[in-house]
Amino acid sequence: MKKIYPSAAAALDGLLHDGMFIAAGGFGLCGIPELLLDAIKEAGTKDLTFASNNAGVDDFGIGILLQTRQVKKMISSYVGENAEFMRQYLSGELELEFNPQGTLAERMRAGGCGIPGFYTKTGVGTVIAEGKEHKDFPTGKDGAPETYIMENGIFADLAIVKAWKADESGNLVFRKTARNFNPPAAMCGKTCVVEVEEIVPLGSLEPDNIHLPGIYVHRIIQGEHEKRIEQRTVREKA
Amino acid sequence: MWDRNQMAERAAQELEDGMYVNLGIGIPTLVANYVGDKDITLQSENGMLGMGPFPFEGEEDADLINAGKQTITELRRTSYFDSATSFGMIRGGKIAAAILGAMEVDEKGDLANWMIPGKLVKGMGGAMDLVAGVGRVIVVMDHTNKHGDSKLLKACTLPLTGQGVVDRIITNLGVLDVVPGGLKIVETADGVTEEGLRAATEATIV
Repeated sequence: MKKIYPSAAAALDGLLHDGMFIAAGGFGLCGIPELLLDAIKEAGTKDLTFASNNAGVDDFGIGILLQTRQVKKMISSYVGENAEFMRQYLSGELELEFNPQGTLAERMRAGGCGIPGFYTKTGVGTVIAEGKEHKDFPTGKDGAPETYIMENGIFADLAIVKAWKADESGNLVFRKTARNFNPPAAMCGKTCVVEVEEIVPLGSLEPDNIHLPGIYVHRIIQGEHEKRIEQRTVREKA
Repeated sequence: MWDRNQMAERAAQELEDGMYVNLGIGIPTLVANYVGDKDITLQSENGMLGMGPFPFEGEEDADLINAGKQTITELRRTSYFDSATSFGMIRGGKIAAAILGAMEVDEKGDLANWMIPGKLVKGMGGAMDLVAGVGRVIVVMDHTNKHGDSKLLKACTLPLTGQGVVDRIITNLGVLDVVPGGLKIVETADGVTEEGLRAATEATIV
């Protein structure tokens, strides 16, 4: 089918432009679209804004685009593992918008569902709430008012995500905790490009077990993934 | 005084059979060692219910990590889901309790645990969502900082993670609840007197 492309570069052809807004899946280094990030580095696209929970490490994930100064702004919940990120941020070269993790995930999901804003209790009374609309709803005990803040849905120019398997129509299956931000990121992109470990023929995925329907997926590539482990922890055999 | 493991053991007593619980990093992670026979399901906010122990060497899976990015294992009850669903169950109040660390807590239940102005800011991760959403927030932390100053304050000085969110505080000196008007002593640690606990606490004790 027409969704399958031979390489990450081919799949991104015509989709990249300077100053664009990209939503990326992944949590830490788990389930990140590593092949597509490499291809964006090769393409040299600049002044990128990324909505991504993390910023990778210095030499893997979005970190590789920080090395080449291709990123203008990050919208993230946690960026602690990246020295080059901190250097650029503290020197004012890089903008950073912290979002609480669940707010970021819901902003992506909402954008993908055509919802431009929603109310949440997360961040009320903190710096996150500054400048945002506050509204009370009768959700407390016996209908007592509770205060919420409004957060906006994310509408990205492009989504880049990583799945385990895709069929030829773009139906996706993820593996274990590598699912994380990938489905909501995929949903909020005007165009969504997916990299998978395996493309399988139509009919070989169980329709009841599709994690993300192919309607959200426009282009697919298959490739080899490094899948680096950030914190290897083990226990002793008894 | 309680050590880290005794604090974790005391925190584990807060958990009841059948609860879905989220444990933060540090001492809260140790709580899992003390749940005993209780049927507790641990949530990892990167998209998993039913978190198992660390893997044996050679059985690590890059696709299976916890919210601290450590390799872990699954259990027979495990389910996986995306981050929006994960925080949906947190925001929606389905997670019975979160046990987490703190830099400061105050007598109104305000919590600060994500940012020190002028120092490297790494981000709040899921902490703001957890404290705003879960049924009960239990803080486990040392009673004083390394200078001996109380971390249980009249008012937090650091940027907040959440306002009026803390229910119970377990420290190396004892257990306190956030109640109208201040903190209430629930119990003292082994060898700690109520006077000793009061003297080490800046917050109003009622």
